[in-house]
Amino acid sequence: MRLEYFQMIDRIVALDVEARSIRSFCKVPERSTIFEGHFPGYPLLPGVLQIECMAQTAGWLVMARSGFDAMPFLAGVKDAKFRTAVVPGDEIEFEGRVVHEGSGFSVAECKGRRRGKVICETQVLYRIMPFPNPEFRQAILQRAAELDVSVKELSK
Amino acid sequence: MSATFDKVADIIAETCDIPRENIKPESHAINDLEIDSLDFLDIAFAIDKTFGIKLPLEQWTQEVNDGKATTDQYFVLNNLSQQIDKLIAAKGA
Repeated sequence: MRLEYFQMIDRIVALDVEARSIRSFCKVPERSTIFEGHFPGYPLLPGVLQIECMAQTAGWLVMARSGFDAMPFLAGVKDAKFRTAVVPGDEIEFEGRVVHEGSGFSVAECKGRRRGKVICETQVLYRIMPFPNPEFRQAILQRAAELDVSVKELSK
Repeated sequence: MSATFDKVADIIAETCDIPRENIKPESHAINDLEIDSLDFLDIAFAIDKTFGIKLPLEQWTQEVNDGKATTDQYFVLNNLSQQIDKLIAAKGA
């Protein structure tokens, strides 16, 4: 997890495009400038960044289902819950499941677990748009490869 | 009023917090009810789920942008309800 770069996910540990499901692994860093403010002397991973972790996790699934032909942009979050404090060093597994694919949008349900116990959850709405330029798509494909997503098999 | 319209109106009222009595068959979702594109995604999600269809929003938007259709054809609620009925019929065919 590189918070300052918004690279929330360390690796994809399971991706089943047909079953519309994905799991990712993230380790909360021991140090970050974010913890200097949130909070001094009591570092916590902000809930909004847990949402980002869930949105990115399921976002990779949405992209994989499109064959990396389109980009999911975060458009809405519903029923977000944060059940416990997340602290530096925590290892979290996030899971996402696409529950609906509409015309130009997708909806996913996501959860985060620490040692098997659910710590956060939300429903995410994505607006599906074409990649704004080829360079951006290429950067996404490169990042996908770094996360162990089988880009060659999945991309159009 | 059709049963489809009633369901669509209920969805819009609940999703966008618009008084149900203000939603009429001749209402234009965008021009009259001031529903924006993001809220319409929520509505489309609910319509898709309720009727078991997939509203072809991208196709409709393209047709409007290309001047091949007007927004009235798809976003006046009576017309939207008829489009939904067609999609339901096509699914069952």
